[in-house]
Amino acid sequence: MARTVLNQADIARALTRISHEILESNRGPDKLVILGIPTRGVVLAQRIADTIARIEPAATDVRVGSLDVTMYRDDLARTRTRTPSRTLVPGSIDGATVVLVDDVLYSGRTIRAALDALGDHGRPTIVRLAVLVDRGHRELPIRADFVGKNLPSSTDERINLHLLEVDGDEFVSIDGGGGIDHDGEDAR
Amino acid sequence: MKHLLSTKGLGRAEAIGLLDIAEDMADVANREVKKLPTLRGKTVVNLFFEDSTRTRISFEAAAKRLSADVINFSAKGSSVSKGESLKDTAQTLAAMGADGVVIRHPASGAPEVLAASGWIDAGIINAGDGTHEHPTQALLDAFTIRRRLHGTASRGTGLDGVRVTIVGDVLHSRVARSNLWLLTTLGAEVTFVAPPTLLPMDMSGWPAAVGFDLDAAIAAKPDVIMMLRIQAERMNAAFFPNSREYSRRWGLDDVRFARLAPASIVMHPGPMNRGLEISSEAADSAASTVLEQVANGVSVRMAALYLLMSGDREDS
Repeated sequence: MARTVLNQADIARALTRISHEILESNRGPDKLVILGIPTRGVVLAQRIADTIARIEPAATDVRVGSLDVTMYRDDLARTRTRTPSRTLVPGSIDGATVVLVDDVLYSGRTIRAALDALGDHGRPTIVRLAVLVDRGHRELPIRADFVGKNLPSSTDERINLHLLEVDGDEFVSIDGGGGIDHDGEDAR
Repeated sequence: MKHLLSTKGLGRAEAIGLLDIAEDMADVANREVKKLPTLRGKTVVNLFFEDSTRTRISFEAAAKRLSADVINFSAKGSSVSKGESLKDTAQTLAAMGADGVVIRHPASGAPEVLAASGWIDAGIINAGDGTHEHPTQALLDAFTIRRRLHGTASRGTGLDGVRVTIVGDVLHSRVARSNLWLLTTLGAEVTFVAPPTLLPMDMSGWPAAVGFDLDAAIAAKPDVIMMLRIQAERMNAAFFPNSREYSRRWGLDDVRFARLAPASIVMHPGPMNRGLEISSEAADSAASTVLEQVANGVSVRMAALYLLMSGDREDS
């Protein structure tokens, strides 16, 4: 009984719009570093970087990477041991505009951890946040700058977010019950 | 993972998972802030009943890079020299709130006793027990071999088909035992080369080839040659006539070193007896991984501490 909210074309359009918004707010591609949060955020970050390179001929060196936040989570002692993913920060982020990219924004705790992790890599001038889906229910004072789709949901609904590179198919859907977002891969 | 007591019971997926986390930990050393907040508020006790510098320092550095608090306990100058038992020491540490205990003990099996006793509810890491095992040393050796062979693409890989020759005092060496189990699990082929007096009586249960002639072993062009330390402190019988004879027959001298294949790796767990089991030329050459092993040791121990001390202990 899952209801599809975004299909593959919708996701592509949302990412194209986010890419334009990033360029607009940054007044061009200068000093942009796009960092995805594993697993699906990394895929989205790569797509945004590719889109920026396509629509902005001057964007020859948009840097893209991944930022794993496992070691910075505040619930490490409360759940089973998590397996960290790889962090790849391309060059120095000092003075850069860093755009963090994640799939679903929920409690905000992942982003808090990401901000801490980022601080250990350097001091960016600006940090912005792009997410494909914002489902509300923030537990921390954090908001996204670029949102693909606002999905006001109840906490016992479940958001499934699949991407081609990770899951083999691509959609965003919502179904009732469960209370864990995207396949329970990460209870955020 | 609840404890890390030996490599014998370690599965292949589990071992590769730990080595992959160690890769992430190694990346931390290249950042602006070389520290993670992961184990903030946790306490690691280094419980050393036997002398050690590099292993203790390595564990201390690993714990500190993960923001844990470290308490160093060495048997010398402690109540152990007044006759305190392992049980009382463990219960004292438990009362102080230790979350992880790194133990080195001259008696084989002491870490198992500690882990199974219920005296202390903490993750136990074996940092060397008697002549039994030294799992983190084997893990860092495997990590070092993997990095030399695969470079940055080493994540997720094993050591399938890698031929490793381990030379020297196998009889007393916990490093040799831990390496045998781990390297075999990861798919490598292990050969031991030693004087007959420095091999265990019955090796029928060991998945390793055994030889007595180092020159023949080198002629077989192994991918990795690991020289073990001659442990003077355990040489309580006449295992070989004198160190010159040992060096002549089982030492990696300049001549033997020159006969190795150009891509082979020379390893030594340290501390080295230069001129006895390994020549200075071999130890200081580009083929030698001695210093990489030390650096990698910190990353591997960070991974082990992370796996043992993060997460809900009831759950794991």
